[in-house]
Amino acid sequence: MQCQECGKKPATLHFTKIVNGEKTEFHICEACAREKGELIPGTPGGFSIHSLLSGLLDFEPAAQSGLGPKPQTIRCEECGLTYSQFSKIGRFGCSSCYRHFSGRLDPLFKRVHGNTVHVGKIPLRSGQQIQSRREIEQLKLELQEKISHEEFESAAQIRDRIRELERRLADA
Amino acid sequence: MERRRFAQDALSEWMKTNGPDSEIVISSRIRIARNLSRHPFPMLATNQQSREVMEQLTGVARDERLESFGRFDIFILSELNELEKKVLVEKHLISPGLANESRGGALLLNDKESVSIMINEEDHLRIQCLYPGFQIKEAWTVASRIDDTFEGAVDFAFDEKLGYLTSCPTNVGTGIRASVMMHLPALVLTQQINRILSAITQVGLAVRGLYGEGSEAVGNLFQISNQITLGQSEEEIIDNLYGVARQIIEHEKAARERLMAESRVRVEDRVNRSFGILSHASIMDSKEAAQRLSDVRLGIDLGIIQDVPPCVMNELMVMTQPGFLQQVFDEVLNPEQRDIRRAELIRGQLLKSESGGV
Repeated sequence: MQCQECGKKPATLHFTKIVNGEKTEFHICEACAREKGELIPGTPGGFSIHSLLSGLLDFEPAAQSGLGPKPQTIRCEECGLTYSQFSKIGRFGCSSCYRHFSGRLDPLFKRVHGNTVHVGKIPLRSGQQIQSRREIEQLKLELQEKISHEEFESAAQIRDRIRELERRLADA
Repeated sequence: MERRRFAQDALSEWMKTNGPDSEIVISSRIRIARNLSRHPFPMLATNQQSREVMEQLTGVARDERLESFGRFDIFILSELNELEKKVLVEKHLISPGLANESRGGALLLNDKESVSIMINEEDHLRIQCLYPGFQIKEAWTVASRIDDTFEGAVDFAFDEKLGYLTSCPTNVGTGIRASVMMHLPALVLTQQINRILSAITQVGLAVRGLYGEGSEAVGNLFQISNQITLGQSEEEIIDNLYGVARQIIEHEKAARERLMAESRVRVEDRVNRSFGILSHASIMDSKEAAQRLSDVRLGIDLGIIQDVPPCVMNELMVMTQPGFLQQVFDEVLNPEQRDIRRAELIRGQLLKSESGGV
């Protein structure tokens, strides 16, 4: 297949875009892709592969425009990255960005991952407190279950374990 | 200059042993992304900050904390030449990003080349563990222990709700990318591959070809990896990938059996024809080489070709890449010269393995 742009070289970059069921395909060669700065020809305003992600980022502010501060004015106080810069490059500047942009990130995570809460590994050393809090939550569920089954002896054991963990957390 | 070890052998030490299901799964890989808590991510870090991050993280290897995972060499990217970087990329030991764009970039590489740790890539720390064959769970176990070792020495950016914080929102949470590299010639030949690949993308997994993102699969090699990193535990992510890969293995096995039952002579012809061309051709471009090597590899797995060990194919896949080719012949080659040298190299390797020595 020949490149759509120059018509000389074979196309090596193949890109399919589907918007509302309408399919658009691009086939261009590497040289043209580089020249265009990875802009895909034929779309209004240009469309870069990298902005795929920022497409997801822009979605949410548009949905609730008028509410809260404008994206240009939201800025990470730690590294100085603004939300609108973040939505263009699709990368955070530092770990504090997550906190400073927090109000706007959940819809993004929902779309990318289908979830907004981490359930995996916790750092061994620095995560001990989080570990304990998670264990307490788990134990409380177990406690409820024991009580509902009227297994009061094991319920008391679980209650003691919860108290011990809570005391250790308070001391820390 | 003395040649570095990684540049001499196309096949990393870990690739020379056979793993489970290695006639279909070439390798299993885990990558974990981590960042230090009080430094900006590499993209926004000053040169000074990048240097500090590099010092701190390479220090973990210098302190010999990693020694239970092998003997580690520390490579500073700015001290490597272009060809060495290219070879590391072709062997999948570093990313093109670390090779070309990093500031304060470094690589910690163990002697088997089964663990490669990138510093100041997109994230401060990227731990990669590679295993031969289908051993994704084993790779995770080791990667997680290396993660713990680093965490014992430095503070990672971690949020109670969001997990490990990464530069790109697609990695946040577990920061894990689990992937298996599969050789699926029979599914391609029987034209079932597209149906299977599109099913894969619907269960939160991604597929790409070997060498080159998103491009068509070269040599019938497909890399399947998880997309979701937030809201699933590492075990769930790995189990999901494991289950899907297991099904693909069974489909590929069934397709191979059917091919042999229904069109044995055609398969034999294809395999032997490719073997003949590889053994005798004088010019071989990389695309043809990849396809023919895939045919021969299939022939070995089906018992059509018996004198060539399967790892020769893995080795030739890497050796015939442009960077490695130039390293082997120790000269700068234009594409035309490369095709001639590539043909020469393949002939040599196949002849050598046929006469007994590898």
